[in-house]
Amino acid sequence: MSNDHVSLVINEQPVTVGAGTTILEAAQSLGIAIPTLCWAENLTPANVCRLCVVEAEGARTLVPACSRACEDGAEIRTDTNRVAQSRRMVLELLDSTNDLSQSPELQTLIDEYGADSSRYTDPATPEPSPKIEDDLFIRAYDRCVLCYKCVEACGEDAQFSFAISIADRGFDARVSTEYDVPLPESACVYCGNCIGVCPTNALQFKTEFDLREASDWRPEDQEVTETICSYCGVGCTLELHTQDNQIVKVTSPADHSVTSGHLCVKGRFGWEYLQAPVYRPPSDP
Amino acid sequence: MFGAGGGTSSYQEVEETDFVLLWGSNARTAHPIYFHHVLKGIRNGAAMYAVDPRLTDSAKFADAWLGIDVGTDIALANALAREIIASDLHAPEFIQHATTGFEQFAEHVDSYTLDFAAEITGVEAGSIKDLAHRYATAESAQILWTLGITEHHNGVENVLSLCNLALLTGHVGRWGSGLVPLRGQNNVQGGGDMGALPNKLPGFQDVNDPIARKKFEELYGVALNPRPGLHLTLMFEAMSKGELSGLYIIGENPAESEADVQRARTLLEGLDFLVVQDIFMTRTAEMADVVLPASVGWAESEGTVTSSERRVQRVRAALTPPEGARHDHDIIGDLAECMNVPWPARSPEELWDELRTLSSMHRGMSYARLEEHQGLQWPCPDNDHPGTTYLHSWLWEEDLGGREPAPFSLTEHSGPKEALSSEFPIRLTTGRVLDSFNTGVQSRGYRSPIRSGSDLEISPMDAEHLGLSNGEEVVVSSPRGSVKMTITIERDQPRGLAFTTFHFPELVDLNVLTNDQWDPLSGTAEFKAAAIRIDKLTGHDRA
Repeated sequence: MSNDHVSLVINEQPVTVGAGTTILEAAQSLGIAIPTLCWAENLTPANVCRLCVVEAEGARTLVPACSRACEDGAEIRTDTNRVAQSRRMVLELLDSTNDLSQSPELQTLIDEYGADSSRYTDPATPEPSPKIEDDLFIRAYDRCVLCYKCVEACGEDAQFSFAISIADRGFDARVSTEYDVPLPESACVYCGNCIGVCPTNALQFKTEFDLREASDWRPEDQEVTETICSYCGVGCTLELHTQDNQIVKVTSPADHSVTSGHLCVKGRFGWEYLQAPVYRPPSDP
Repeated sequence: MFGAGGGTSSYQEVEETDFVLLWGSNARTAHPIYFHHVLKGIRNGAAMYAVDPRLTDSAKFADAWLGIDVGTDIALANALAREIIASDLHAPEFIQHATTGFEQFAEHVDSYTLDFAAEITGVEAGSIKDLAHRYATAESAQILWTLGITEHHNGVENVLSLCNLALLTGHVGRWGSGLVPLRGQNNVQGGGDMGALPNKLPGFQDVNDPIARKKFEELYGVALNPRPGLHLTLMFEAMSKGELSGLYIIGENPAESEADVQRARTLLEGLDFLVVQDIFMTRTAEMADVVLPASVGWAESEGTVTSSERRVQRVRAALTPPEGARHDHDIIGDLAECMNVPWPARSPEELWDELRTLSSMHRGMSYARLEEHQGLQWPCPDNDHPGTTYLHSWLWEEDLGGREPAPFSLTEHSGPKEALSSEFPIRLTTGRVLDSFNTGVQSRGYRSPIRSGSDLEISPMDAEHLGLSNGEEVVVSSPRGSVKMTITIERDQPRGLAFTTFHFPELVDLNVLTNDQWDPLSGTAEFKAAAIRIDKLTGHDRA
């Protein structure tokens, strides 16, 4: 066996992968699903949510599959009671303090693992929500699970704007701009790449928020069409989410070689001229 | 370049290159997602040097910023070349194998010493030397540029001067090494590829080449005019001479976007017949005899566009167009039929497949393959071809792939056409801001919380000298006209240089000021260098 490959066993299935491959990637190559929350294919794992933990033979603690590299000869189990109990508790703790109603993937996991958050009472008080500081997107931090994805996308994993970070510790920890200034006064450039990676809909387009407020957000009636942005010559793929012949939000595929799922303010939000042009001169921000 | 009208490299290559030379491009602002790839490259260990009159958002990420005086790029490039040759850092084997004209070139640039260039460009000699050595000794290196290079009266010579550097060092035709002009609009590349150039048929085939023309004539069943047509700037020249009296404009807003725009408006008004096909009632459309309302190409219609890495990608209809708006291809097809021209291909896919029979570089790009591969990069000559990540690998092949070697070009510094004077002592240059685009037809229609760009940015030194304060309204004049603007004092702005955007013609008719002297080789006007004066408002102006 050469140095650039390692062989291991996952759920009794042998597999050989390139050195540096994570347990998550190796498991995926075998068709074994491992739930994730803070992991995304276009971000460096923040390694904070503990939802992807698995059991490694000989290891004292459970290990995070999303960021732990495969070791030669390792024996991994993704389906033990210990793993399930750990994941169940993570889900219960998240559900006890956060409104997860707008994250269908977490709802599915809550059902799958039988998580019951009612046994945790008197949860931490979330921030008043939502924050609406402009016409493009809202921040509803009562849904925020502190997965760090938005912070990573705003920082070194894509945008390098560093407009947001995690402020404070423990129950007070929260995503914040510098000195908690309103977003338009921060370093934010409104690329919306934080929205693109948010797993709980804590960050969402104002268009989606308004439709939900009007009880008119109908995912079942929406279509997604891939096209190319109309602005500069980079050629970013846009996924136009439409409802009733109106664009309601815009995303980009994380696996695309041009965008890696990330866009700029024009691509993400610059389509409004198609349907409800609103003139906003620079003197009236 | 070197015979093909497109950037040599793929976006992914800048992530893996060793040296990035960003020259006359504020990609962080104007091409934000491309700049993500640059940032990955920097994170992977690449060095980046930025050449720009302004300390732009992009230049702030660079290891070194060379704050060049506007319009002195050739002096800098030639001095870099001289220094590379003088320090024996050029690539003699590559030069011998793949280029011609090196001896004359070396002789030509010999007068561009570091000190001479420093005096012309305003960049310290030591910085020029440092850049020359870093670029020449890098394993792989890319030069990226945009309109800071091309929007000059000698823009083509600027580009050729950068090509010289790549030929001198062998930084072209290899993975991670190349010449990358970033395209300003989503289908500038595709428009040229499809023959929307006065001397080209689709696939860069020459209009005056009878063999190329024959393919098209056989398909269409008509004889084609072998004479090259006029580009936009020459059309305005022809209008001024009365040789052009009718114009059909599709998706362009020259009544706001042309340099010396008042002249352009007068010429448009003087036409006998003006047709404008657009998605909006632009200022140009308001002047038209006939307006043809069009659907929105990227969201209401099917087709393809081509990006700065030569990637052909599909656009698709997500919305139904408003009543009465029709697809561009339907309008043009119907017009052709009105003129009794046979027009067999009518749907976008039929038109595309027809193109594939005529342009060999697109032949392997069926709609199905474009879908499967997230787009394909030309040339892609057959259905098994994976597309081409970088161009000009033939420069390294033993027999040059049967081609002629690439020539060095002799270019001479000449500076902006409009010299500064006591009457107009400040240099005005223009560019984009992040959230807006061109004349604002699209971008003014969304509610950006970070909107800016209508002010005139000047340095604190100039503000003090002129007695101006932040937010003060002033009159800005060039030899062509005057507009009212608001002053923003920008800490990073160099002395003697004013900057603004062209995104808000409804607020500031900026192109009243810009210089329409143009490059005879490209037809591009010198938007980047006008001479202006800034005057405080008098009581009369305030009224």
